[in-house]
Amino acid sequence: MSMRKVAVVGAGMTKFVRRAQETPKELSWQASRMALQSCELTMDDIEAVCLGTAPDAFDGVHMNGEYLSDGAGAWRKPYMRSYVGGGTGVFVPIQGWYHVASGLFDVVLVLAEEKMSSFYPHAQAAFLTIFDHTTERALKPNLLWIFALEMNRYMTTYGISKEDIARVSVLHKHNAAKHPCALLGDADITVEDVLNSETLAWPVQRLDVSPVSDGAVAIILAAEHIAKRITDKPVWIEGVGWSLDTAYWTNRDLVYPRYVEYAARQAYEMAGITEPRKQIHIAEPYDPFDYKALHHLEGLQLAERGKAVELYISGAAALDGDMPVCPSGGLLGVGNPIAAAGLMKIAELFWQLRGEAGDRQVAGAPRRGVAQAWGDLMQVGTVVIMGR
Amino acid sequence: MTVKIKEFPGTSLSEKDFDEGKILFNYDELKGEFAWDTGIAIGSYLAALKEGLILGAACYTCHKIVTPPRTVCEWCFDPMDEYIPLLDTGVVNTFSLCYVTWDVQRIEQPEIPAVIMLDGASSLDSGPIMGGIMHKLGEVKPEKVHIGMRVKAVWKPAEEREGSVTDILYFKPIEN
Ligand SMILES: [Zn+2]
Repeated sequence: MSMRKVAVVGAGMTKFVRRAQETPKELSWQASRMALQSCELTMDDIEAVCLGTAPDAFDGVHMNGEYLSDGAGAWRKPYMRSYVGGGTGVFVPIQGWYHVASGLFDVVLVLAEEKMSSFYPHAQAAFLTIFDHTTERALKPNLLWIFALEMNRYMTTYGISKEDIARVSVLHKHNAAKHPCALLGDADITVEDVLNSETLAWPVQRLDVSPVSDGAVAIILAAEHIAKRITDKPVWIEGVGWSLDTAYWTNRDLVYPRYVEYAARQAYEMAGITEPRKQIHIAEPYDPFDYKALHHLEGLQLAERGKAVELYISGAAALDGDMPVCPSGGLLGVGNPIAAAGLMKIAELFWQLRGEAGDRQVAGAPRRGVAQAWGDLMQVGTVVIMGR
Repeated sequence: MTVKIKEFPGTSLSEKDFDEGKILFNYDELKGEFAWDTGIAIGSYLAALKEGLILGAACYTCHKIVTPPRTVCEWCFDPMDEYIPLLDTGVVNTFSLCYVTWDVQRIEQPEIPAVIMLDGASSLDSGPIMGGIMHKLGEVKPEKVHIGMRVKAVWKPAEEREGSVTDILYFKPIEN
């Protein structure tokens, strides 16, 4: 396959907040403008725009892609919205990547935005409509159900304690305390705090869960010959992968995310990675719930099945460990404006691999990282490998 | 960044800003009503529920029996047009004790959603598939529920069934 090399050359993001004063368009413009300024480009340099945003139901705006398009700088340019549920934030850079890798465009803006606070009284209720209208919705399911069902299956199968799973939430919120855009960073939170938080849907408690949020993130992608003119520190997209498993989620064993494995294997093969645990230096697995980070680390082949929690127990997952996990603070700490949260992980790898992550900078001059997101009814995996 | 960038955009609002009228906003309700056709496979499933039966769909090429029924086999992409009754008993594959409703109202007594692997469908042992459906558990103390528990459907009286997944009220433990 003949493909051009593609680099991330700039990134920007808004603060992630519970409720933003800015409209979705305004948040989109702020993140996009910041990404352009970070690499000293203007909208005139952008040949195409890729937008990622999750369900229209949050905004109450049908055709949300069109609604956001001026904030995305999309007018009079090739523009397209991609959508794979919660996996969108790591899919939209893949869409940008093939725009450039194919030779079709040299410089592309990739933007992800989510504003969840507009839905009344709580964005949670919008999720009812993701369940099958005939076979599931009649039972009045709560989005928490599927996570609680999956978490219980996972922890019971492997005998993992809630105490150990809570370590994930604690580490990510600690890391987020060092992120200037974080909503729920907390340098002092403990495992006890997580275990004492309100039980929503056992085994899920409030501090096991990421917060609904508003925010936007943007990155700039460029072909190799342009990237080298723009920056002396391009961060290359070395591999991409995505996969969809059966939508009959009750027909799968929820103990293992096969779809993440398939997506990861595609990305590793493209990147020439044969031993991910040695060749990946930073992991940003999708962590809307604490156990999900563990689940996804296993799907990414960065831990044996049922053993990902050992990365947290041993300290390997910490900023100064051998396999830092979610140095950004993840969705649990920075926040979860759905599509923007996934792209935030790409931006974090960009800053980490350039050595620009400030207090969150991981040890050991990392050369390569993986970001992953997950979505739909627990069946989409999206994976991007980045390196310098 | 974050080293190079000092100022991040985005203005955080609080509930108080709304209550005190500091923010202008536009409130509206979206109303949408739908009548979804049930189609061939799910139509058969619902008609059978009305009769007190749970149907699965079979692919004899792939040796799979799955539920809810569907018209296409996800493995070989051939038709799955034979629907056969499963048993209304099964095993709890996983469950939750849920203290909030779908619209985030708190409740004292938890709902107990579960994935139940029905007897007569393909099991995990026979491949990466199981005849699991989502439903609720009842007639059981929350602290007694466990993965692996055998359960049986509790049906609405025949004259009250309307061809819906709620024709099964819940699944209850099978007494030993
Ligand atoms: Zn088949």
